[in-house]
Amino acid sequence: MGTMDTNEAGLIARILAGEKELFHDLIRPYERMVYLTLLAIVKNETEAEDGAQEAVISAYRHLASFRGDAKFSTWLTSIAINQGRKRLRKAKGAAEESIEEEADSHVGDFTPAPLTDWREIPLEALERKELREALRAAVAELPDIYRQVFVLRDLEEQNIEETAEALGINPGTVKVRLHRARIMLQKCLVPFLKTTAPARRGFFGRAL
Amino acid sequence: MNLDCKHVWEHISEYIDKTVDAELRKDIELHLEHCEICSAILDSTRNILILTADDRTFELPVGYSKRLHQRLKDEIEKSKHEPPVGEAK
Repeated sequence: MGTMDTNEAGLIARILAGEKELFHDLIRPYERMVYLTLLAIVKNETEAEDGAQEAVISAYRHLASFRGDAKFSTWLTSIAINQGRKRLRKAKGAAEESIEEEADSHVGDFTPAPLTDWREIPLEALERKELREALRAAVAELPDIYRQVFVLRDLEEQNIEETAEALGINPGTVKVRLHRARIMLQKCLVPFLKTTAPARRGFFGRAL
Repeated sequence: MNLDCKHVWEHISEYIDKTVDAELRKDIELHLEHCEICSAILDSTRNILILTADDRTFELPVGYSKRLHQRLKDEIEKSKHEPPVGEAK
């Protein structure tokens, strides 16, 4: 929405001019995004919340260094990512810093799992709690570099370019990692669906 | 061109994002029309993405927002004794 961006630029100008309380309003639409970005990196709810608070405070303190040429959301995401990486380094020790590069050479089998029943599974099946839990678990299990791209792109619904910019990688890499992440999740969830949701209408009537 | 399944799988993510070129898109659609397996893979992947974007799947900790704004409020209060945010010292 165009008006929203104008509002946002206006808000930022007013905050910088001294109406500091308006930062609450500026950040509100992005609270969820900041938390999820942190969670994707640190994989621990408490750490993610602490990190989200730190990231927001840091954004507040450094607001003047935000240049209007990037989107505010992208700038904020970068701060959140840095905060997450900092925490990760602290937790793991500097020795494992190179882990990220290593993961891209994951020459895995990125082939989706076939399933023939899926199309008969009614949309209500997506409402099941177990499926959400399985998805959360599967996302947590993704190798770091795939999870981070997947979370920014498919959970926070940022576009390819924004995702690339925030993570400091090129758009082509985002596409490859995204593809792999999606296929890995598909593969992960298919067996789950097969065992807990046979494509029989009666099953859903009975369950819950 | 007649695509095989493997070829379709390689492009499934871009197909969902609508970033494949028109010709490839047409070929994929042609393939999907008669291939149950690929159609099911496409549907399941799409549904996973729908589920991912659903706010109820990844929930925020209870009280997260309240705690965040309290922390921010304290910070703003503190910074009031300083020059306006961003003003060079």
